[in-house]
Amino acid sequence: MPTKVEKDALTGRETTGHEWDGIKELNNPLPKWWVYVFYATIAFSLVYFVLYPSIPWINGYFPGILGDNQRLTLERQMQEGFEAQAGLRTAINQATLEEIVADPQLLAFAVAGGRAAFADNCVPCHGLGGAGQAGGYPVLADDAWIWGGTLAAISETLHVGIRWEEEPLTRWAEMPAYGELGILTPEQISDVAHYVLTLSGADGADAQAAARGAETYEWECAACHGAAGEGIQDLGAPALSDAIWLYGGGHAAIAAQIANPQHGVMPAWGGRLDDDTIKMLTVYVHALGGGQ
Amino acid sequence: MALNLHGKAEKHVTLLGALILVTISIGGIVEIVPLHTIESTIEPVDGVRPYTPLELAGRNIYIREGCYNCHSQMIRPFRDEVERYGHYSLAAESMYDHPFQWGSKRTGPDLARVGGKYSNEWHVAHMVDPRSVVPESIMPAYPFMLDRQIETEGFGDHLRALSIVGVPYTDEMIDAAEADMAAQADPNADTRDLLARYPRAAVGDLDGNPDELTEMDAMIAYLQILGRMVDFADYTTEELLQ
Repeated sequence: MPTKVEKDALTGRETTGHEWDGIKELNNPLPKWWVYVFYATIAFSLVYFVLYPSIPWINGYFPGILGDNQRLTLERQMQEGFEAQAGLRTAINQATLEEIVADPQLLAFAVAGGRAAFADNCVPCHGLGGAGQAGGYPVLADDAWIWGGTLAAISETLHVGIRWEEEPLTRWAEMPAYGELGILTPEQISDVAHYVLTLSGADGADAQAAARGAETYEWECAACHGAAGEGIQDLGAPALSDAIWLYGGGHAAIAAQIANPQHGVMPAWGGRLDDDTIKMLTVYVHALGGGQ
Repeated sequence: MALNLHGKAEKHVTLLGALILVTISIGGIVEIVPLHTIESTIEPVDGVRPYTPLELAGRNIYIREGCYNCHSQMIRPFRDEVERYGHYSLAAESMYDHPFQWGSKRTGPDLARVGGKYSNEWHVAHMVDPRSVVPESIMPAYPFMLDRQIETEGFGDHLRALSIVGVPYTDEMIDAAEADMAAQADPNADTRDLLARYPRAAVGDLDGNPDELTEMDAMIAYLQILGRMVDFADYTTEELLQ
């Protein structure tokens, strides 16, 4: 109990009046500015309580007289962002891919938008600027296309993906595992791999083995990869006559791919990204250098 | 008078304790009870289901390895986040998470909607050596997940424990837990029952090794379902207001 407030002899300060066993407590009040800021925060909180969602009750809550809601605010901001793009988004939405490419302003906008979406979604596999990555992630900046490099083909690939099982219309090509399934003997596979090396004029091909492999190639491989290894995009069969290899280009890597092929998978982006974004991505990828 | 009561409380420890309890209870009741009684806290959306046993095992590894230290699973309702990661997270989407993995720090990207964004092969390559696919990544490598096998035995008990705290695992799910776990990562398994119980689960040879059930299988199964249970095309913002 506070008994009596007195001046402390040693410090000259007032005591609080509390005393325990002869020990007295000095009164060191908080700075005035601090106290007033504290009162101000209390006043602010009362205003905030009234304006914004604050007090819960049993099965609802007081929504605040401003009616603010973060999810509605977000929707409004998204709409404002859309409108701030000066009608270009609407134009992208209504134009065909060919019209976008033909209009310099729309093309510039689509490439910029596509670049942003590409960085968020595509770079982890296809690399910055579509440079591709080892391990089956194709380069998008060259003119070698597995499923086609026209605007329509790129757009289709983006929408349905490649070997994406959930998407019924996904692009699907599956090379038989010639070794695993015992269709070819290891010797035959080695011979065909030598022949495939000769198709692109690569070094390291054994001419005799290649000659033996030629017939096997004609029987087993030409139907999809083409008689001269030119590839068939409608079937998703990559060209073998160029120096571009998804899973390595040496004899051993080619033989391994024939024996037990790896198959790349690309997610279907239709539904995950909106149609306008896919359009911009299509135009961006088409503009990377290899668009047809 | 008031000061007298205060003095009384200070001098009787039992009374003081009881009064402290009353005070804290009021704060607790006001803050916690409405979360359970306000009907709009958890949005009424379809599709959110309990995790498959293999996804659950992957989630346990996610927690064991401390992935939450660098990765959040919470897309906030801000334009920059929604533009990058996709639809903002709903409370409903983590209602069967014990504990939830919202996190509060992003050294790496948010993972709330990473499901279906990359192929299984990419995830394997990325876990084994993150720099092999993302050159600027500072994520540690987890190659050992390919070598460590997962025990299915007794996993039904894990589901049963979760069912006690409110995750709607049925007896059928609990009985089939071990079989479901093995089937999800087996490319030759009949997964129709599994997918009927747990729609949209990623099935097949997840880690590139069809013969063994590894931690990598579990991790990929978990990552591939994140954020994919709700189809947001079915809902307007007004329906998702809390």
